[in-house]
Amino acid sequence: MNGLRAVWVLALWALRESVRRRVFLVVGLLTAGFIALFALGSSVAFANTKTSYGDLVDAHELAGATLNGLAMFAILFLGCVLATFLTLSVVRGDAEAGLLQPLVVRPVGRAQVLLARWLAAAVVCAAYVAIIDGAVLITLRVTGDWSPEHALGAALLLMLAVAVVAALCVLGSVALSSIANGIATFMLLGAGMFAGLLAQVGHGIGNASLEHTAHVVSWALPFEALYQDGLARTTAGQGGATKFLVNLGPFGGGHEAGNVLLLYVAGYLVLVGALSVVATGRRDL
Amino acid sequence: MSALALDVRGLVKTYGRQYALAGVDLTVAPGELVGLLGPNGAGKSTLVKSVCGLVRPSSGTATVFGERAGSRSARTATGYLAELFRYPAWSTADELLRLHQRLAGSAGGAGERARLLHLVGLPGEAGRKVATMSKGMQQRLGLAQALVGGPRLLLLDEPTSALDPVGRRLVRDVLGQLRDSGVAVLLNSHLLSEVELVCDRVVIVRAGTVVAEGAPAELARPRGVEVDTDQGRRVIDGLTRDDVPALVARLVAAGEQVYAVRPLAGTLEDVYLDAVEGQTG
Repeated sequence: MNGLRAVWVLALWALRESVRRRVFLVVGLLTAGFIALFALGSSVAFANTKTSYGDLVDAHELAGATLNGLAMFAILFLGCVLATFLTLSVVRGDAEAGLLQPLVVRPVGRAQVLLARWLAAAVVCAAYVAIIDGAVLITLRVTGDWSPEHALGAALLLMLAVAVVAALCVLGSVALSSIANGIATFMLLGAGMFAGLLAQVGHGIGNASLEHTAHVVSWALPFEALYQDGLARTTAGQGGATKFLVNLGPFGGGHEAGNVLLLYVAGYLVLVGALSVVATGRRDL
Repeated sequence: MSALALDVRGLVKTYGRQYALAGVDLTVAPGELVGLLGPNGAGKSTLVKSVCGLVRPSSGTATVFGERAGSRSARTATGYLAELFRYPAWSTADELLRLHQRLAGSAGGAGERARLLHLVGLPGEAGRKVATMSKGMQQRLGLAQALVGGPRLLLLDEPTSALDPVGRRLVRDVLGQLRDSGVAVLLNSHLLSEVELVCDRVVIVRAGTVVAEGAPAELARPRGVEVDTDQGRRVIDGLTRDDVPALVARLVAAGEQVYAVRPLAGTLEDVYLDAVEGQTG
């Protein structure tokens, strides 16, 4: 069987599984709840920021940017949770359950199985991020007549970030049982997010080495670097005291990386994919 | 191309210092049904998994119709039903078979799926979800799945472990049909009676090595002759069916009244127990 055709067949199978297992239904309901709460919160926030601070600070801008920054964090987190649960058992978990063997004894390479499972998870998670980010942007527009800059670019970076998490989780699934892999992936997620916080602290206290170390970790776990880049893009045009105050909030972790990050992430995904394929190929099932 | 469906030479598989296979030689010809017997932990499943590419042998060779076992072309010719079989609970029988048709490159379409479901005793169950099937039905669905694409070598690891007597009979009939159509079958089973009934040849494995091999009738050696006379019932060892006339003549000459004489054949179970020396896993 043609390799790409096998990937397509298996990816559709994985997507069908998500539909049949009502993954989308559950996630959709919970996300609707999140959006409803976010809409309530943002309408209250915008309503309470009519007070002017003079020419120094644009309170409306500050409220909108802060709400969007918090929403981006929540979107990344929810997207990563979905990516983790869709991929945590791809190799060892499914092999232990007896689900993987019937597939890989077919004239289909293990690489195709991995690629298909990652692709299906990445597409689902990216679509989820796009939908929930779109809902957040509409909410901000409706409740506060506010929109961030470069919203599309930031959304694409978040979509890529969840695809990176899915790839790391697939790699972890080669060696780890489902539960261990889920825990490990969430710990990596936490480590990346904590690195972003440390970079913000390092910047605030003027500790260059802490900031540098945190940035290295962010690139080692590039879903964080992508998130930081997305954050930075949405506030690129701000300045003065408003920018200063925005940076005290959730946007403090923003760090513009430019297109070199996209090239780096592409290479990173290829490397993680190659490691997954090699490790799976060497594994007895 | 090799004439053999399966040709295993000196296959070794180690896990650390533990030998799962310690140099297995085994052949299966097209249209031959070979039974693989042995206690738990003897290496039977490891051998089957090595042949279908799930386990990487440490040394030795295994070929399927001349192609390296585990290679794409070997897998194209192979059908496999795992001992630990499980299929997605959310899928229907028809969806599962269709997936395997696409992965196997089978052009059989709906006709092949219906034929296979009928063959394994699941006609009319195409739309039934796996989750609602009994374990036995799932195992028969697994057999249908293994037959998708018309494999020339079928590897069955405990294919009747979840089946009732009727289901076992059905699987035996299916195996007979497959053999008649030229399919080679390697059947790994603990059920000696089943193997004895259906297999052309039996291979007994113990501690990763082949310890006995042959047709069930060849392996089942004579165990003497039982005689029932006015002196009582006794077994005379070392005699075969051919010795019965002379034995009867000798007993009559000795003045005994002979009521019954019965040659005793060894069963496959006797052979098996001798071969594995009573070992159990």
